[in-house]
Amino acid sequence: MPLHWLISAILALAAIGFGMGRRRALASASGNPRNLHSLPNFYGWNVAFSVMTPALGILALWLLVQPAWINSQISSELPESAISEGSSRDLVMSDVRRIAEGLERLKIPFLITEPAEESDEAALTDLREQLRSVGIAIGSNIRPEHLVAARHFRAATFSARLWMTLAVVLVAAGGFAVSYLATHKDFRARNTVENGIMLVLIGAASIAVLTTLGIVLSMLFETRNFFAGHPWQDFFLGLKWSPDFRGDSELAILPLLWGTLYISIIALLVAVPIGLFAAIYLSEYASNRVRLVAKPAIEILAGIPTIVYGLFALITVGPMLRDYFATPLGLGQSASSVMTAGLVMGVMLIPFVSSLSDDIINAVPQALRDGSYGLGATQSETIRQVVFPAALPGIVGAILLAASRAIGETMIVVLGAGAAAAQFDRGLGQLVNPFEAMTTVTVKIVSQLTGDTDFASPETLVAFALGLTLFAITLALNIFALWIVRRYQEQYE
Amino acid sequence: MTDLAAERHNKGSLLEPDDRTRRRNAAERRFQIYGMIAVGLAIIALVILLTSIIRNGAGAFMQTFITLEVTLDEATLDPGGDRDRAEMASVFTFGYAPLIRTAIQDRIEAEGISIDGLERPEALISKEAAAKLRNFVLDDPQMVGETHTFRFLASGRIDGYYKGRVTMQSAELDSNISPEQLMLADALKAAGALKTRFNWGFVTRPDASENRPEASGLGVAIIGSFYMMIVVLGLALPIGVAASIYLEEFAPKNRFTDIIEVNISNLAAVPSIVFGILGLAIFINFGGLPQSAPIVGGLVLSLMTLPRIIIPARAALQAVPPSIREAAFGVGASKMQTVFHHVLPLAAPGILTGLIIGLGQALGETAPLLLIGMVAFVREYPAASPEGFFDPATALPVQVFNWTQRADPAFVERASGAIIVLLVFLIAMNAAAILLRSRFERRW
Repeated sequence: MPLHWLISAILALAAIGFGMGRRRALASASGNPRNLHSLPNFYGWNVAFSVMTPALGILALWLLVQPAWINSQISSELPESAISEGSSRDLVMSDVRRIAEGLERLKIPFLITEPAEESDEAALTDLREQLRSVGIAIGSNIRPEHLVAARHFRAATFSARLWMTLAVVLVAAGGFAVSYLATHKDFRARNTVENGIMLVLIGAASIAVLTTLGIVLSMLFETRNFFAGHPWQDFFLGLKWSPDFRGDSELAILPLLWGTLYISIIALLVAVPIGLFAAIYLSEYASNRVRLVAKPAIEILAGIPTIVYGLFALITVGPMLRDYFATPLGLGQSASSVMTAGLVMGVMLIPFVSSLSDDIINAVPQALRDGSYGLGATQSETIRQVVFPAALPGIVGAILLAASRAIGETMIVVLGAGAAAAQFDRGLGQLVNPFEAMTTVTVKIVSQLTGDTDFASPETLVAFALGLTLFAITLALNIFALWIVRRYQEQYE
Repeated sequence: MTDLAAERHNKGSLLEPDDRTRRRNAAERRFQIYGMIAVGLAIIALVILLTSIIRNGAGAFMQTFITLEVTLDEATLDPGGDRDRAEMASVFTFGYAPLIRTAIQDRIEAEGISIDGLERPEALISKEAAAKLRNFVLDDPQMVGETHTFRFLASGRIDGYYKGRVTMQSAELDSNISPEQLMLADALKAAGALKTRFNWGFVTRPDASENRPEASGLGVAIIGSFYMMIVVLGLALPIGVAASIYLEEFAPKNRFTDIIEVNISNLAAVPSIVFGILGLAIFINFGGLPQSAPIVGGLVLSLMTLPRIIIPARAALQAVPPSIREAAFGVGASKMQTVFHHVLPLAAPGILTGLIIGLGQALGETAPLLLIGMVAFVREYPAASPEGFFDPATALPVQVFNWTQRADPAFVERASGAIIVLLVFLIAMNAAAILLRSRFERRW
């Protein structure tokens, strides 16, 4: 039974349950709702929720666990001989899954197994052709062991589905029976339903915690695998990034961190002065008319997706910087450079800095300004010597938040900064040349995880170590910045 | 009063500013000008950004077409002569190419065009044309033997010639096009066979391979993005609203709710690529969901959007004045009834505004989708829902990234065009949010 039928069946049963529960409650109060403990609809909801919640919960859990479980079962059945040289168990299993998928699409009746066919070369080649015709291309010839495993896989999936349907239907029916029988005029239906809703609300709120947990655990797990094959000293203290997919790569984070920091610094040098002055001007000087136009215009910058900035860097800013600055100055020939990515990222961060600083400047009490004006200070003197120092902690927090944005930004650097890692052994000149292409942590996460490589190799797993480092850096920055901003806000409340 | 002060005051009239005042006033003006420059720079950056994208991308919506009359020759297309579809399918697109060559040669002769050194006139027409012809014939085998008028896409180089990307000089060095072929294109244009018109295909067609940029379109990407937005809407809206109701209305002040609050504000600032890593590790490697599927993209984007929905939703709930709650309590409503019957409907416009803005951010997000394999080259439209959620697809911003990675400069134009489409969607969504806010927002 397809999944959506099962779900519709549960929903239908819940709807029926709603009507029947409501009627039963009214009947037990001999038709007079005033004799009921709760409003009649609560009795209906009670039955409906008792049908839906456990059944859908089991369904979701089952769907989550089943693929991984079947995969490990079939994988352990595969004999060593079925894995050819240069391949791995995981790769073979992905072939097996695809064959099983193809058999399903071809609608080959799977209860009939003909052992003779499995060793027949011609039949296997024919099967491969058939699979191709339904859109599944298998790289090499299908091996008999793989076909057997695929058949088992398909059978296991089918029976698991069957059991799942059965279990879900039983649980739904059970929930229906229990709650329907409990329905009576003295049953505290409202309290039960409200407690249930409360649990759902708490569950929804905890998803944020689960997400963080998922992020940390998934990256920790793979990072541990990475450090099992690659010494951590090399990763954190090494000076060279040169991945080599034949193995023996040097994977050190320092060159990438240097690129990330350099680009972020340029971006902040652009964004902080412009954003700060824009915020000051708009909140202290601008007339209403100017503010009405300029403020939304700056906020539009914040709503533009980063891929747009990336393309802008790639086709406009990069070539322009190369033709008018880098080449005439003899500083490089590359359109993608630290400067390109930094400038464009700076533009992206302007609204971020300006809207945060705007809030912070507005939070400075008017009394401080009035005091300064009373002493005869001009408006700019008041801003520089009274408002700005008072707002400084908050502004530092805003800049740190912007820095964390810059460090984690991906698309602008993927398209604008280049793919070559900084090389520490080429001398300082190349390292600080802003017109040199340089890569960042985020770029390497993308490139290491999108290549067609074995998932278990250190060259792929390094992406998780990079991701964890990135997560740790930005998390520390965020927590520190939010702490500063919060403390600052409390100061004037 | 000391002599010094007296001296300074006696120096001139009050109407005539002294040096120091002048300096201070100049500093004041300078400071203001810095502010204006900053605002100006930000707006100039916005204008340059938008004009650069629009100038580069507008061309993608226009495309050069060549109209030809093709005789569907029976001897090549249906050697058996019995119009059997299965048998005719054995003639691949390769077999249709000669028909197009004949058609364009006939047209050249009919117009009396003669160009010295002209070779391979069929290079004017996209390689996609043969496939179009084949689909036409296989749809209705009875058409074989007849002559029909077709509007074919011109090849990418010819299209580029009319958009200024290809010139006679560059054609000399190009193995894909020759100056003579460009002259032929001009002659056909004069004869009315070659026209530039609006290109609906850019929005509806699937992606095409590296060497036929003229045939590529955004169809699959738009469907993929749409499916992902449905998933985000279906997951992030109920979960986000439920979470904000709990935190704002019910949560007791304790360690657990503190952790949740800190978590949410931190998740809103976690780099988006980290969510991609999460999706790859949990949904694909552990959960066994297919790569490149909109369902995985939607799940990842939901987790990412969740905090961005919760924060404005909480603000909207907080803005509902306590008097509403107290009135509801006063007539005997339970806490739950108060929230769901009174507070939530009043906060709904604010929640929806936050939701639309969150969806807009999710629509433009690229980095996490790269990691879950949505960069793959997908030519097939995903099926209708619900199966389509598990079919491979791409997304609008990822399609942009994909096109920037290709060598042919025609794809730069396509990428910018795709961004225009993306921006149109975003503007529509944000306009809806603004409308909603101004229409329904209530000031208490």
